[in-house]
Amino acid sequence: MELACTDEEEEFRARLREWLAAELPGLPPKPDPLDWPARRAYDCGWQRRLYDAGYGHVHWDASPTQRLIFLEETERAGAPYVGANFVGLLHAGPTIAAEGTPEQRDRWLEPVLRGDEVWCQGFSEPEAGSDLAALRTRAVRDGDAYVVTGQKIWTSHAEAADWCELLVRTDPDAPKHRGITWLAMPMDAPGITVRPLRTLAGSTEFAEMFLDEVRVPVGNRVGEENDGWRVTMVTLSFERGTAFVGEVVACRRVLGELARTARKNGTWDDPVLRRRLGRLGAEFQALWRLTQWNVSEAQASGGVPGTGGSVFKLRYSHARQELYDTAAAVLGPEALDLAREWNQDRLSSLSYTIAAGTSQIQQNIVAERILGLPKGR
Amino acid sequence: MDFRLTEDQRALKRGVRELLDRRFGRDALRAAVDGAGPAGAALDRELWRELGAAGFFALRLPEAAGGVGLGLPDAVLLFEEAGRALLPGPLIATHLAAGEVPGAAEGAVVVTAVDPSGLVEWLEAADVVLGRAEGVVPVRSVDPLTPLHRAPVSGGTTGTAETAETAETDPASREASLLTAAEQLGSAARTTELAVAHARTREQFGQPIGGFQAVKHLCAQMLVRTEVARVAVYAAAVTADPVEIAGARLLADEAATACARDCLQVYGGMGFTWEADVHLHLKRAWVRAERGLAGAAAEELVAASL
Repeated sequence: MELACTDEEEEFRARLREWLAAELPGLPPKPDPLDWPARRAYDCGWQRRLYDAGYGHVHWDASPTQRLIFLEETERAGAPYVGANFVGLLHAGPTIAAEGTPEQRDRWLEPVLRGDEVWCQGFSEPEAGSDLAALRTRAVRDGDAYVVTGQKIWTSHAEAADWCELLVRTDPDAPKHRGITWLAMPMDAPGITVRPLRTLAGSTEFAEMFLDEVRVPVGNRVGEENDGWRVTMVTLSFERGTAFVGEVVACRRVLGELARTARKNGTWDDPVLRRRLGRLGAEFQALWRLTQWNVSEAQASGGVPGTGGSVFKLRYSHARQELYDTAAAVLGPEALDLAREWNQDRLSSLSYTIAAGTSQIQQNIVAERILGLPKGR
Repeated sequence: MDFRLTEDQRALKRGVRELLDRRFGRDALRAAVDGAGPAGAALDRELWRELGAAGFFALRLPEAAGGVGLGLPDAVLLFEEAGRALLPGPLIATHLAAGEVPGAAEGAVVVTAVDPSGLVEWLEAADVVLGRAEGVVPVRSVDPLTPLHRAPVSGGTTGTAETAETAETDPASREASLLTAAEQLGSAARTTELAVAHARTREQFGQPIGGFQAVKHLCAQMLVRTEVARVAVYAAAVTADPVEIAGARLLADEAATACARDCLQVYGGMGFTWEADVHLHLKRAWVRAERGLAGAAAEELVAASL
């Protein structure tokens, strides 16, 4: 039981910190969240800087502790997060790295790391959200291509993407988890129509995607035909295990700013609110420790995060919402002004208990896979 | 960085669990509860000496002084097991007094202390009382295995600011809070285990109740609470940082009391009877939650650090 880093890890931290201090002042201003081309350029530009400095690979090639240090330091320095590269760096990339052929790894990983190509996620469908395996988008083999027809929804970053990690049904007669295949679909293929969806936060993070006889080469299949569910589970364990790590550091920073604001505007004198902030301090400290625990476990088990990610995600998604509700209590009437800091994040936080598996689904996962309770209703 | 338990720590935890299973298993627990008179249970001095011989109290004394020479993280694992077994007695006060009060380390002398809250546990069973115990009056303790006295507190209630300050500056009071949190963690893990075992076997409507989402989700939240408290307590033991200890106390107090309540709910009518152990966990958790740096004071201490 120890929390200290090795000398090499501390060296890595020191070098990174120095690099960030030199690099960040030259960064262009943050783009308008509704301007996707600008966002793409900004996020890919940042990724390219990381790549050139030797940090491009850090999300899946570094040791889990190094990744933790990277996220801690970049957040602390106020550096950009993955942004439009979320799916490529934290989802499709790690999946291809783990499940792809050498040719596939050569083809797709480098452009993601260099910030040249952006990925989007084509998992959910109108009739298959939390019940992901109920998806109906069909892919029929025709020579050396799959012909894909169907509809996807909540396709994150579709507007900006070059590639889509797409789940399709290749065997409609098999049990629903068995007839699914994982494909890399080029977003410029004929037959794809993207229609942005506006979220309650006003942003266009995701879109509806209509697929009309889109041809995807068989060589773009990652894993075996009809084995896509297993491949997807690998992806999702990454999503739950490490994708939210950097945000915990960000939440701790927000909490500190919140306390400073409360001290300035007088709400700090309200003991109920003050203690609520104290409890949040304990909560986010523990979530940071839980992250370190999960990383230690992942490091010991060879890198793929385990079900501990579900425990983390359940608690974190609620804590994040509580943080921004508390921010609103500190702001008072200013909480209705979208130009005021944190209010946009308060709206965005509403998605956390829904996205990447709702809290209810996560509770089923914890109960069935960790506690061994029977499957049922 | 490797936050996980070392092989030695796992062995220590296993060893203590085996010792407590053998010496204070469920039958002994129930015998102690049933044997408790109106003034509360009697302390098993023979068990106390056995704990002493096993190094329970001398764990952190240097080997040169006859101790085991281990640290705070190891002590936390020990008290987690004690909390899990509902081991009675002024364990923390005696552990902290080892090396100061002769005989405490060996388990020959039972030491209790007046808590900042004014409560004194096991006063009549103790050989040595630390703190000002003048004018104490007996309390009809909610927990059948924790006899309590209450010292008169000046000004009516305890000041949270004062408690928080003591917790920040006094190492013994800090360690007492952390070890209390460790006991709470053990209790939370145990009630989670009990609830899950019950949900897997108890059938209603033709299936184990653990197949129903309403029950499943209660159990899942119990595990989440316990695991969050676990990392908080373990990390606080590593850093010994006063703010981190205060945070760990908050989460462990919550885990112990809320998991016991949820366990009672999963047990249903059976849980509301004296025969089930659930109420013993809940009542002890309530008693522990009043010790040292409790509730509001801990929240204030963490808030002040933001």
